[in-house]
Amino acid sequence: MSRAHEALPAVSAEVSPVLEYAQQALAVAEADIRKLIHDPVELFTRMIQPVLWLLIFGQVFTRTRAIPTGGISYLDFMTPGILAQSVLFGAIFYGISLIWERDLGIIQKFLVSPAARSALVLGRAISSTVRSLCQMVIVYMIASLLRVHLRFDVFALAGVAVAVILGSAVFSTFSLIAACIVKSRERFMGIGQVLTMPLFFASNAIYPLSLMPAWLRAVSRVNPLTYEVDALRHLMVVGGPATFGLRTDFAVLVLALALLISIATRLYPEIIK
Amino acid sequence: MPKIFRPHPVTGEAGFVDSLDNLHPAQQETATAAHQLNAVETKSITRRFESLVAVNNLSFACSLGSIFGLLGPNGAGKSTLIKMLTTLMSPTEGTAVVAGFDIVREPREVRRRIGYVSQMLSADGELTGYENLLIASKLYGIPRAERAARIDQGLQFMELTHVARKLVKHYSGGMIRRLEIAQSMLHRPSVLFLDEPTVGLDPIAKQAVWQNIRDLRREFGTTILMTTHDMQEADELCETVAFMHQGTLAAIGSPAKFKVMLGPSATLGDVFIHYTGATIAEQGDFTNVARARSTSRRLG
Repeated sequence: MSRAHEALPAVSAEVSPVLEYAQQALAVAEADIRKLIHDPVELFTRMIQPVLWLLIFGQVFTRTRAIPTGGISYLDFMTPGILAQSVLFGAIFYGISLIWERDLGIIQKFLVSPAARSALVLGRAISSTVRSLCQMVIVYMIASLLRVHLRFDVFALAGVAVAVILGSAVFSTFSLIAACIVKSRERFMGIGQVLTMPLFFASNAIYPLSLMPAWLRAVSRVNPLTYEVDALRHLMVVGGPATFGLRTDFAVLVLALALLISIATRLYPEIIK
Repeated sequence: MPKIFRPHPVTGEAGFVDSLDNLHPAQQETATAAHQLNAVETKSITRRFESLVAVNNLSFACSLGSIFGLLGPNGAGKSTLIKMLTTLMSPTEGTAVVAGFDIVREPREVRRRIGYVSQMLSADGELTGYENLLIASKLYGIPRAERAARIDQGLQFMELTHVARKLVKHYSGGMIRRLEIAQSMLHRPSVLFLDEPTVGLDPIAKQAVWQNIRDLRREFGTTILMTTHDMQEADELCETVAFMHQGTLAAIGSPAKFKVMLGPSATLGDVFIHYTGATIAEQGDFTNVARARSTSRRLG
């Protein structure tokens, strides 16, 4: 057995609280990213859904010309919606990993560490964004092959990345809250299915708000996915319309994220009870 | 200092130590912070779940640098007590001071000074041993300059250097337990909580973990509070044991003292039955059983 550790102090030197907080949040994300690097199969299976939507649904509906898209082709119109959808579908089931890790005892270990609860929640949100950014790359590749009129200027790409990051963080934190409430994998799967479709259809992902009946339009106005799609549509495709404006879109996403993180921070320790 | 029963770590006799001399530096830090010589001190701690009183008005102390065993049948309240002491759960009434800080008022300070190895195999199987330690070092705020050395020493201490880059899902049960202990010790906690540390391990792996626990205490002066159902383990390791039964403290003292009390050929198992009843336990719940079986499954 080594006795070399005796040269080290028993208590580590002081680190600034802000740096320590960031380090702890990033450590949670890093654990997840390292797992993804060891086993990247998930990234490939996630490619299938956006491919099907763009290749089949998008191609067919482009021919119908039945949906008013503000002067762009339907494929151009729906591509940002499909990116937002694949981010949503990936993030909304993210909470199940929390339940799985709770069952393995990993969450208990995190909760016994001095990391702030909000840092643990934020770390989870950050790790979900990595998957979503991979989705972004995949959707760009498919859309390029389908000759969607994409914007490739730096401002637009950076804006799309920020919208994807915020959208993913919002829905993965929402999923985390659901996991903390339902606590079991079986119930969570049911809840996940129930949440996904209403969020998707009560948004402007595949049709504009103007086509919706008044009640659905009202619902879509409080759905963060609507604002994510709105920002993506403007930033991702040439001539893409922005109904609310980028400032409103990003402000809504940031506020939704702050609210959800504060709720998740309170609920997070409940998962082990 | 409140007047509570605190047995001497070796003799089991009640009494107080008056001097900080001859303590390990880590113990001295805790003792100075707490102005006292107990690593853990509970004060009428109680936890209720609706009508069930899982832990009922418990007051006991655990001396600095001792290995303290918490024994009792399933459902006796051991895990609930550990959850409260590690700040995973709040007490309904009462409190405890752990490593010199109050678990209710200063939970984050407590968490900085404790380590915890849960009954479940909580090392992440999808990461390597090195990565598990790296993530833990970041969560505990160990400065970048110290990380590599601490991780290397943790791996050496637990004799895991040769498998550090392997995914933990390919480790044996004993290796996973040793990794978890290394992980929980990276930040040099003054109190280490071990919840059934050798459950499901074969005798050889058990012996290795026991030796690691003894080494930790000797090298770092760590106070160890452990739960176990293995009476041989408690007898081998613990200077003090406390028997819990239906949420209350049935008895506390040294294993040697208890055995002498029951007769020359008495074992700690006999003492366990004496204080907790000879009938088959009907306490515990589905979660206890599921957790134990899940751990056994992971151990193969």
